Formats: sequence, structure tokens, C-alpha cells
Amino acid sequence: MMAGVGSGEWGAGTARHRFDSLKWLGVVVPAVMALSLLPAPCSLWAQDLDRGKELYERWCAGCHGDTGAGDGEAAAFMLPRPRDFTTAVYQVRSTASGELPTDDDMRAVIDNGMPGTAMPGWADKLSGGERDDVIAYLKSFSRFFQGAAPKPINVGRQPGRPSEDDLADARRIFVDELQCVRCHGDEGRGDGASAPELTDDWGFPIRATDLTRNWIFNGGGTVEDIYMRMRTGLDGTPMPSQSDAVDAGVITDEQLWRVAQYVRSLSPDDPPQRRDVVRAALFEGPLPSGPEDTLWDDVEPYYIPMVGQITIKPRWFAPTVDGIWVQAAHDNQNLTVKLTWNDPSRSPDPEWDAFFQGIVETLTDVDAPHVGEQGPDRIGVQFPLDPPEGLELPFFMGGDPRHPVYMWQWTSSPDRVREGTATGMGSFAPIAGAPQVAHSATFADGQWQVQFTRVLVPADPSVAVPFTPGEPLPIGFFAADGTGGEGGVRGSISAWYAIYLDVPTPPRVFVIPIVAVVLSAGLGFGIVWRAQRRERGA
Amino acid sequence: MRRFWVTSCLFAFLGCGGGDGGSGGGGGAAETAPLGNASISGMVMFSGDAPANPAIDMSEEPECAAKHTDGPTNPIVSVTDGHLANVFVRVVGGLPGGPYPVPSEPATIDQNGCLYVPRVVGVMVGQTLAITNSDPLLHNIKAVPTENRLFNISQPRAGMTSNRIFTAPEIMVPFECSVHGWMNAYAGVVEHPYFAVSGADGSFTISGLPAGTYQVEAWHETLGTQSGDVTVEADGSATLTFTFGG
Repeated sequence: MMAGVGSGEWGAGTARHRFDSLKWLGVVVPAVMALSLLPAPCSLWAQDLDRGKELYERWCAGCHGDTGAGDGEAAAFMLPRPRDFTTAVYQVRSTASGELPTDDDMRAVIDNGMPGTAMPGWADKLSGGERDDVIAYLKSFSRFFQGAAPKPINVGRQPGRPSEDDLADARRIFVDELQCVRCHGDEGRGDGASAPELTDDWGFPIRATDLTRNWIFNGGGTVEDIYMRMRTGLDGTPMPSQSDAVDAGVITDEQLWRVAQYVRSLSPDDPPQRRDVVRAALFEGPLPSGPEDTLWDDVEPYYIPMVGQITIKPRWFAPTVDGIWVQAAHDNQNLTVKLTWNDPSRSPDPEWDAFFQGIVETLTDVDAPHVGEQGPDRIGVQFPLDPPEGLELPFFMGGDPRHPVYMWQWTSSPDRVREGTATGMGSFAPIAGAPQVAHSATFADGQWQVQFTRVLVPADPSVAVPFTPGEPLPIGFFAADGTGGEGGVRGSISAWYAIYLDVPTPPRVFVIPIVAVVLSAGLGFGIVWRAQRRERGA
Repeated sequence: MRRFWVTSCLFAFLGCGGGDGGSGGGGGAAETAPLGNASISGMVMFSGDAPANPAIDMSEEPECAAKHTDGPTNPIVSVTDGHLANVFVRVVGGLPGGPYPVPSEPATIDQNGCLYVPRVVGVMVGQTLAITNSDPLLHNIKAVPTENRLFNISQPRAGMTSNRIFTAPEIMVPFECSVHGWMNAYAGVVEHPYFAVSGADGSFTISGLPAGTYQVEAWHETLGTQSGDVTVEADGSATLTFTFGG
């Protein structure tokens, strides 16, 4: 195309394409610039609204509703509710409080979902083009998107790793300056003084996030994500924007980054991994005497994920407790098991009555009317009463008539544990005679710690399971938060896991490998030596 | 082929960058003379026994509780000697067409003693609303409108001022504080300046009107809305009374 250039002769007339680049620039570029003055929402240029509508109705409308109002058929089962697109109020943004999200903001939430809620990530299900078509259709639900495209806020760079002093100053800001603890609580578990009265913009009860679980933060759990949520606020929720406070000099932008680093430090480095076997450590000396005994610091915790009980009616789709930490120890005489879980309310708590009423009105119409009062908090621990045959385990919800379970049922009020057997939910039969399991429960800063202790060999093994070191035993859990509307069969449950009481490592475990290595090496050397001897001799 | 790609890229870069030709309107318009000199002076009455306002438990905020010597109550229905305060009164019909100049002075709302002061405020479309915190503790001022964009601002310290502007008329924009659930306020956003809020003595004045007949509406947060007509002569004044029942 550029044949004429460089050949030294412009006017030769022999080249078929006399491409004059200067003339091209002089005409085309001004035309393009003139066209660019036309207002155009750039992101909708190439999108197919019809395909977006079709995809929305197939994948999204079941929760988000046909008119995008967050009132799909499944919405009644959910808290938090699906987003209402008609108000154009979006939580996860890179724009200022009250502004619309950018296209990239919407792409991120559709791709990644909102962990901890019913919104899944769609990166595996929708192509980029399909997702962008859906976004174009979502915007059609609100006239606010017809205005100018929103611009992200200016964000500086995260400062380097915080020193101990940086974190201490950030903690001071978290408590005294920004007063995050008013809602999020002293340890960040969502049990602040104002937490019981929080509602979202649609009047549904909403919890201040438990800041120790960054893997389910809306918008992500990195330092950058946390910083952005504080700068922009989460629209539609009580969480405000700190941008005005930074502009007014209450804190500097760097201090806000440090607060984000501090908040990140409240969660573990990596999300907890699910493991199938809880090891009960073998103690030579005394066992921990209570949940706050520092002897527990050396015992490995195991994370047991919990899900809402949706098998037996009335079902429960929005549980409070979504995981418990389990530690166990034994000394060949007694087994002690400690459960730790976060719950912002110590139920029943009159301060949380309005929150409880909000839950009752929002969620429990689905299957059955709810009892009118907050119940206590509950934990249940169950084991199969009889040794399991092969892979057949009792029904994971309280056993069944052919496979009874042995259970410890603890309530917070009255603070007691009941010991007994069950052949299904609602069929609990307390043990006759004095209970053999002892317990101790403490609640502080939005966290329960409950410890159960029992002898390994029960007096009557027909109604209580023996714990045998070296033999794994299935174990399962149930939890309920009274303030959250839970109780009876409403609550969260775990699948069957296993508990294994450690035995001392037998000496043969160390001796046999050494013997094997010596024998193999000896045999190997012997063969080589004989072969070399034969060679020399030949 | 290269021509095609270069031209397309130019379109993409320039086209996406554009589209923002319009600049915001907004406050700071020069003050001009009022349309007239007539005024409506009025009174809002309350008939019947005033309902008792609920007490507020401010035990979590001793610095706020200390500002209420009589034990704080939530002034939802504020009646003094049969006069009703915090009624938002505005002209809804009979005005000559706009646009009306937007004052450069902001309307104000303050957080003091863990209550909004005033509870009801009027502001013009495009006029600045200055939000201040006079309490030495955290408030977040959260506006939950339907015709305007929301905002939710953390004001953790006394002396902070945040300015916001509403771009569309709305009766009324609710404000709330997430930290203190009893706090509520309302802003009436109007395209013209002919509005007022009744004081503790129930009185209100709307001035600067040309002669004419006007339809007026009075809004209360729980007692509903009432209407009335009034005619004013040039340079004159007319009275208008609203009575809300218990």
C-alpha cells in the first residue's frame, strides 16, 4: 500500500495504489473527532439487548425477578435478597457513594459472584460477550443509566507492609477515630452496639460483616478490596463512605490504607480448608480444664463448614452459623471436644428483638409460621450409636430408626447439655441416670466457645458411644442462632466427618523403614560387588 | 487492511472518551430580584390531644444524652399549644414558569445531640445542602431518595461538613443514621423557592410571590398531606391555615 513512499518518485504513476497518507490523516481524523462529540454510552455500542434479555430470563430472573426488582420466585428464601436493579443501587463499585457502578464493576460481580450469598460466579457459564449483553440489559431496568457514564475514584497505591506501630495506629483509628466498632464490634465479629438495629435500604435486616471471615467479603477480601469498600461505601447497606472524612482531614488516605491492612489481618492468611478427620491430640499431662485454658493453644483446630437445613420442613435457607472450629484432645481416660463459632448475639437477647422480628417477617413464611419469641443458641454433636457397617451411616439429620445416633445437645439458655439418643429429628430420648458428659460454655465479643468432656468408656454402651483411641468414629454437628430465627429443625448442619483419637506412634513405625533401607542397600551393594568380582576374575 | 485497523482504533479511543459534552448545572447562579413582593403567611394547627412521642434510649451515647436535660424523646409529632411544627409547606400550582434562580447560600442540616436539626428542611434542585456534625462521635448521614441518587457519608468527628446537591425534585428525601436508628429527617427538594417549614409555633412564611392564586400543599411525616388555596394581591399578604388531626 505504501508503494509510492520510499521509492523516491511520487509522481511515477506506475503504482496502482497511490496511497497518500497525509491526505488520509487530514480527512479521516477530523471526521472521527467530530463523531466522537456525539454522546454515546460506549459500553452499549456493541451489545445485543435481545440476547441479553434472553440470557437474563434464563439465568437471572428466577432470583432477580422478571422486572429486575429482586423479587424472583426464589427471593423469598434468601437473605440477603437478590439485588433490585430498578433502583440502580449497587454495593460493589469503584465509584463514589451514590454513583453508578462502572462496567468493570458489574463484570467483576457477575464473574466472581458474592461469596456467602446465593449469588454464584458466572465466569464458567457465560462468555464475556454474553455477560456484557446481560449487563446492557440490566442497565435497561433503571433510567439512571441513561445519564453520563460514571467515573472511578482516584486511588493511590497501597503503602508497603505495615509495621507493628502502623497496625497499632490503625487499630486506634478503627476503634476511636472512625469508630468502626460501633457496628462491627471490638473484635470485628459484627456484634457492635448498633448492630442489632441495622437494616438495608429495602428494610430487610442486615448484619454488619464479620471481619474475621474475609473469604466471604462482598467485593473480595484483599487489602485493595477492603480499602475500596471503605472509600466508596456499600450502597444500599448501612456501610458509609469514608471519602468525606479523608477529604476533611479526619484521617489521611495512607491511614485509611493502614486500616484496610489492619482489617485484613483479622482474617487468616488463607481461607480455612475442609478436612475430613478431626484428630484428638493425645495429652500426657492434664487436659484443658475449660474453653479459655491456654492448653488449647497447642491443639490443632479443624474447620467444619455448615449449611442451612433444607431437607426437613420447615427448611432454613439463610443460616447464621456457616462454620465451626473443632478441637479435641484425650488422655486415654477422657475425651474433651471444644467448639468455637461466631455469633453476634447471645440468644435470647431483647436488644435483638427488632432484628429477630425482621427475620421472622422476611423468611419464615416459606414453610411454616414461626414461634413468636427468640430461642436460645444451640449446638448439637452426634455420633452413630452402633459401629457403622461398611459405608452405611445414620441419616445425617439426627439418625433414623435403623441407625440411631448418640447426641450431646447444648442450649445457651438455660446453659445446659442434654445427653441421649435419637432415631431422627424430633425423637430425642434423654439418657437414663446421671449424664456423663460435662460442659463449659463462654461467650465474648460475638463468639461462643463450648467444651464437652466425657470418659472414653461409658457405663452403658447401649445408650452411649465408647470412644476408642486409634479407631475413627463418625461425627456430625448442628447449630442454631436463636436471634436469627433458628431453633427446632431450623438451623445449620454439617455432613458426617470423623474423629480420631490419637495413639502413641508405635516404635515399629521408625524401625521398619530403617531395616528395609539397610536390607535393600545391602542387597544392592551385594549384587554389584559380586558382579564386579566376576568381571575382575574373567 | 492497516487503514481499517488504525481507523477503527481511532473511533474506539475517541468515541469512548467522548459522550460527556454536557456540564452539570448547579448552584452558584447569580441572585436575581424576586418575582414579586407578595407573601403567604400561615399557621399549622393540631387539633385533639397530641400523641406522646417515644422516648429514646441514649444510654450508649452519654455525650448525646447529656444534651437532653429532660430525657430525650423522638419528636415525630411536635405540638406546642396546639401548633404543629415540622410541616413542609410548598406552592404546587399557580406559579409562573421557571427556571428559578438557585441561591448560592446552602440549606443546612446538623446532627446535634444525636438528632437531626432541623428535622425537616427545604432545598431547591441544584442548591447545596450542607450537612454538619456537631456531636463528637460517629454519625453516618444516609439519604434514601427515589428520584435522586443516594449517598451515605461517614462523619466521625465534630466540625465536619459535607455538601451535596439533589438534581431532581422529590417530596420527600428521607435521611437516617445507621449508628443511631432513631434518627430521621426529611428534605423537600423543590424546583422553585416557594416553600417553608413550620416552626415550633406552627407559623410559616412564603414570600417573593407575584400576585395570583396559588395551590399550596402541607406535608407531615406521619399525619399526611393537606391542600389549600390562597390568593394574594401584589405587594400584599394572605393567610393560610392548615389543621392536622390526631
